[in-house]
Formats: sequence, C-alpha cells, structure tokens
Amino acid sequence: MSLELKNVEKKIELETHIYPTNLKLEKNTINILLGPTLSGKTTLMQIMAGLDKPTNGEIWFNEENVTGMKVQKRNVSMVYQQFINYPNFTVYDNIASPLKITGVGSDEIKQRVGKVAELLKLSEMLNKKPSELSGGQQQRTALARALVKDSDLILLDEPLANLDFKLREELREELPKLFEDRDCIVVYATTEPSEALLLGGNTATLLEGKVIQYGKTLDVYNKPNSLVSAQVFSDPPMNITKIKKSGENCSFLDNSVNWKTKIKIKDGEYKVGIRPHNITTYKEGKNSLEIKGKVLISELSGSESLIHFTKGDLNWVSLSNGIFQKNVGDEMNLYMNADEFIYFDDKERLVANG
Amino acid sequence: MNKTINQKAWFFVIPVFVLVAFNAVIPLMTVVNYAFQETFGNNVFMWEGTRWFKQIMLSERFHASLGRQFLFTFIILFIQIPLGIAIALSMPKEGMGVPVCLVLMSMPLLIPWNVVGAMWNIFALPDIGFLGHSLNALGFDYNFTQQIGDAWFTTILMDVWHWTSLVVLLSYAGLQSIQPAYYQAAEIDGASRWAVFTKIELPKMKKVLTIAILLRFMDSFMIYTEPFVLTGGGPGNATAFLSIDLVKMALGQFDLGPAAAMSLIYFFIVLLVCWVFYTLMMRNEGNQ
Repeated sequence: MSLELKNVEKKIELETHIYPTNLKLEKNTINILLGPTLSGKTTLMQIMAGLDKPTNGEIWFNEENVTGMKVQKRNVSMVYQQFINYPNFTVYDNIASPLKITGVGSDEIKQRVGKVAELLKLSEMLNKKPSELSGGQQQRTALARALVKDSDLILLDEPLANLDFKLREELREELPKLFEDRDCIVVYATTEPSEALLLGGNTATLLEGKVIQYGKTLDVYNKPNSLVSAQVFSDPPMNITKIKKSGENCSFLDNSVNWKTKIKIKDGEYKVGIRPHNITTYKEGKNSLEIKGKVLISELSGSESLIHFTKGDLNWVSLSNGIFQKNVGDEMNLYMNADEFIYFDDKERLVANG
Repeated sequence: MNKTINQKAWFFVIPVFVLVAFNAVIPLMTVVNYAFQETFGNNVFMWEGTRWFKQIMLSERFHASLGRQFLFTFIILFIQIPLGIAIALSMPKEGMGVPVCLVLMSMPLLIPWNVVGAMWNIFALPDIGFLGHSLNALGFDYNFTQQIGDAWFTTILMDVWHWTSLVVLLSYAGLQSIQPAYYQAAEIDGASRWAVFTKIELPKMKKVLTIAILLRFMDSFMIYTEPFVLTGGGPGNATAFLSIDLVKMALGQFDLGPAAAMSLIYFFIVLLVCWVFYTLMMRNEGNQ
C-alpha cells in the first residue's frame, strides 16, 4: 500500500496554493506535514483525501490512479482542528456513523465501537451528546470516528491545536499508540516541531506551498537540506549568523568569537544555524564557545528557561534546562556548542553539520 | 478584594428607571387599574374585583378571536419557517450574489407596517388591483372584501411576503456559522444531502431558529396594523384578530374595564407560550 503524489499542483485563479509536488507515502507510516499556517498543509491533505482536485498532476493509491475519484470511494477518514461531530447524535452513534452508512451488521458495529471507545477512554460517555463533553473528549470522539472504519488513509489536520496545554500533552502521548498495528497510512499536519519529533515517522517540511524536504523525522531534523527547512523545523526560531572560515579557523561577530572546526568545506563565508537549545547558560560539549550577551527578555516555560539576548547587531534566542531568572539589560555569559552548528552556503543549502 | 464605593453610578441608573417607568410600568399599571374597576366617566371609579376577567374568559367573542389568532399564527409559522429555511439554503454562500440577495431579502422588512397594509390593499383590490384583477381574469372568483376565505388568503400572503425574510436572514446567519469541515466530514462519510440537512444543518441552526420562531410567534400574535389597513377585521369579524378585537372593544365601544382585563390575559398568553416554547427548545442544551 502506498500513496503517491505525482507532480501535484494546485492553483486557485492566479494564486498557486501548492507548487508541483512529488511525494510517496508508504504503508504503516506516520507522515507529518510540518509547516506554519498557510504553508499548504490543509490543501495538500484535502487533495490526498479526494476532497479537492489538483489543478495538475496525479494521485496514485496502491498502484491505481485515483485522481478525481470521489472521497466516499476512497476509504479515507479525517480529523480536523475543530471538533467535528454530529451535534444531535450520542457519542456512540457518532462513532458508529461511518459504519452505519457502509452497512456493517449491528453486532459488529457494537463490538467495534466498544473497542475503539475503550482505546480512546470514551466507554463511560457513550450515551452523552458531544455538547456535554469537554473539548478533549469531543476530539477523542472525532478520533474514534476516524479509527473505527479501518481506513486506508487517516488524515489528521492539526487535531490538537484547539485543545488546552494539558489535554494536548495527554492526547499527544496517546496518539502514536493509536496508530500502531494499523494497516494504513497516517498523515498528520502540525505547526509544532515538537509534535513531529514526538510522533516520529517521516516528516515533510512545508513553506508557502512547497514541500522543502521529506524524510525520516530525525534525519530531517538533524540534516535539514536547506536553511528554510531548518527554520520550519525549529521552535523557538533558529539563530542564524554569518561566519568566516579559513583553514581550520572559524569566526563570527567580527572575529570576536573563534573556534576550530574539522569539517571539510571550502574557505569563505557561510551562514550558520544554531538551534536555541545549543545556546545555554552552562557549558555543553567539548567545543563550547563563550559569548557575552545583553538580556532582552527572559521567560520560563515549564522547567526550561528561554532567554532572548542581543549580541552584535543580532537578536538571539537561547533555551536552557533549569530555571534561570535574568533581569532585562543584564550582561551574561552564554555558551554555544560549535559541534552542533549547521552550515549553509550562500544559496542557503546545507553544506555540513557538526 | 476591595470594592470602591461610588454612589455616582446612580446618576446613570436613575434615568433608565424613569424612562422605563414612563413607557412601561405606568401605562401597564393604568391598565391593571382599569381591569379591576368600573367607570361612568368624570373620573369616578368603582371596585369591580375579578368580574371583567370572568366575563372575558367566558365570552364567546373572546374565544372566537383567540381561536382566529392561534389559527393565523400557526398557519404563518407553518409557511414562513420552512420557506425561510428553504430560501436560506438556496442562497449563495459567497461571491457577489451574497450582498445582492441580502439586500433583496431585507427590503420587505424595511417597509412600515401601515404601508404594507395599504400596498396589499391596493394590490389585491378585485377591480383595479394587479393581484385581484389578475385572479379574476384567470377565472377565480376572488374578492377579499367580501369572501372570508379570500380575506384570510390575502392576509396570510401579505404576512408571508412581509416577514419570511426575517426567517431567511436568521437561518442564513445560522448556516454561515457552520464550519466547512462539517460538510467535508459528512462527505467523507458519504452522507446524503438530506442527512446533511437533518444531522448537521438543522441541529446547528437550532438556536437561531428558536429565536426566529419566537419572534415570528410574538409579532404575528400581536399583529394589528397590517390587517387593520387591509381588511379592517372583516368581512364581518372574519379577520378580527385579538388586537383588532381589543381595539374595537376599548376604543370603539369604550368598554375600558373588559378591554383592560382582555389585554392582561392577552399579555399572559404571549408570555406563557413563549416561556413554554423556549424551555422546551433549550431543555437538552446542557451546559452550553
């Protein structure tokens, strides 16, 4: 089983929503579409589902051209950012609704609904209406409706975006388990890099209607093919600075910071991407560089400290484990691990990392 | 928490009290007074207790006009609500058609009631009116000033013309607030158009429809100007709805006591029906 997009393009009037895209999603995989809002995730999903037709290109499913085939014939299910359930049905009837239309026997419906409800912790609520449930439970119901059907393709369009932090964490941890041992392709759209890392599988980074990179999630994270892909896959945003390399010696910020590198690239100027968690208030790794920064904002997020600071003409973001409270305007020492730098050439393509 | 004590707030509240007193409480209390008293003029009043209420409740004339009123209200609700929903469903959802339809729909609502009555009166006159003349030319024996059925037909048609737009606009607003994802989810399930209507659109429109029904019930139950101008309650008393009958009693016959009692009973019927209806509609809404 596989889903293949061949040169799929979507234009609405003169505006291009999806630039020609080739993508092959394999059976039993979770595929994450990662990109900011309006990057084309939803459009791409709707084309995959058959809810929308591509302007050009073809969609192949199981070696069969399904371009333009209606969504009802495609055995697809979809979960949305909004909690979409039939408002007048009970939770039980909501979960059973996709089965009833396909004409599954009532005993089997009962058994399958019971199983999915248990998996999603809805067994106690089967007789309630969606309006009587919390947001998290409403979304669980929508997920159950998607899972009950044994779809070939399950599409999830930012399913956690409308939940509050705690419910999101809770459901996020359960998600990978839900798709285990399922004979299907899962596509999951999100704006959050952390969600992609947690779900694993494969990731496609998207920006402005273009798929920038597709591969194993960790590979895409560790070896972004371009600066854009690295930026999409970084939250808080990645720090970018220009460096000079000559021989083993590298430097940036007008020679104020120097280090030696073993990577073999031509001498010259490069752009370097430094992930926020590689700038910390403590030394990490062997190749640690020290810089002095002036604190702009210091904020806490759980047990992590996010410190925005200025150095040179640039604003930087650092993310340290532990709680460090700094005052605005303080001068402080920060450390960067030069072994984790990602180097890009003048066309913003990856040249080396480490 | 410290609350600041600030008596200045009274300056803002008192004018509202005064205004409400003058336009609602005082006139209402006058009616309450009349309902329990008898007068022979010269501002001499005598206590009558509940006599007028008993008289009205037992009066055949009141029963007849109440019956006409309920019949009229149910007929127009029965036509306007489904018709309004149907028109709202067939209106465009985006593009240039939207403002055009909305303006066209709002037009009847902007016309004053007495003008509507006068318009329809002229429009329906059997000899010179476009509607009346055309119907007669087509072979129908139509004369709303003479025949009871025709009078009812014309009054109902006028009300449908005037007020269906309100139901359309409210339903349209309800439909527009349904997120497109609902329709997509139904499409994925393979739901029929009818199922989309009954399982998604109707439940999602429930609240605005409740408001629409309540508004149309109250307005049509208290209808006065349009039938007064169109038929004057006739022929005979055929279209003398509650308010027309009430005005006849109060100002025509100058029976202030019974008329006051009738208007209080009238008021409580409207209140009661609205309350029962609203409670029933909102019963299963849970904590939303």
